[in-house]
Amino acid sequence: MSHTSVSEHHATPTWQGIPTTKFAMWLFLASEVMFFAGLIGAYIVLRSGASEWPVLSEILNVPLVAGNTFILIVSSVTMVRAFAAIEDGNPQGMRRMLITTAALGAIFLSIQAFEWSALLSEGTTPSTSVFGSVFFTLTGFHGLHVLGGVLTLVVVIVKAFRGAFSQARHGGVELMGLYWHFVDVVWIFLFTILYLI
Amino acid sequence: MAETSIVHRRPNYILVFVFLGLLTAVEVGVAFIGLLEAIRVPLLVALAIAKATLVGMYYMHLRFEGRVLRFIAVGPLLLAIILTLPPLVDSISHH
Repeated sequence: MSHTSVSEHHATPTWQGIPTTKFAMWLFLASEVMFFAGLIGAYIVLRSGASEWPVLSEILNVPLVAGNTFILIVSSVTMVRAFAAIEDGNPQGMRRMLITTAALGAIFLSIQAFEWSALLSEGTTPSTSVFGSVFFTLTGFHGLHVLGGVLTLVVVIVKAFRGAFSQARHGGVELMGLYWHFVDVVWIFLFTILYLI
Repeated sequence: MAETSIVHRRPNYILVFVFLGLLTAVEVGVAFIGLLEAIRVPLLVALAIAKATLVGMYYMHLRFEGRVLRFIAVGPLLLAIILTLPPLVDSISHH
């Protein structure tokens, strides 16, 4: 029977050779996949049954949000480079990339907020149409995930400045990265189905 | 050693980023060039899946992880397809 083991005192326990914290993060991400799959499934049902659906290019700022998608992709690059930096024993580089990632996440949220306010001022709200309901629900939940990610990044950055991570011990940076890349992956799908299809 | 890790060659993160950027540009182009919906929609979904796969394989390092983690990552995707494909097929058959 397999069992968790601790390779040394204070080290992360492992199971099947995987740090249990990483295993737990992937299980959490698996549950999040199901959460967003449910929302996207609801979108498909509601859109196919809707009597009308707006011409997306007329009410949504597709170029702006395409740029915003690019910003989130760049933040995934900076996040993975933060991890690579500490793998190489470069804590300063890690801190720089973590700060850049958080800043890009905040910019993404700001542009989303701008997009929301534009739609609301034009009369598209969660209650005025099926499109409005679906759009604000999906982007709202994704936005909350990004916000949670940015706030967690701030915590990780503070820990980084306090010397919590090193070349030998940087599991927390990897976990942060997994969550952040997941948020990017979700947006890749949401951008496609809400803005392009 | 504090943590178990799989030793592998580091991917070229910038090259992956270039591909992600190109795929995004292609996506936006496909959305606006007026293709038939029967071609446009599956193509856009395929492009999104390609981008997500690149992020998962190279930024989340699934390419270098063992079977257990890959199963945890891919397993719910299969369930997600079960959740989303039948309503999609149903909606296509009613149009």
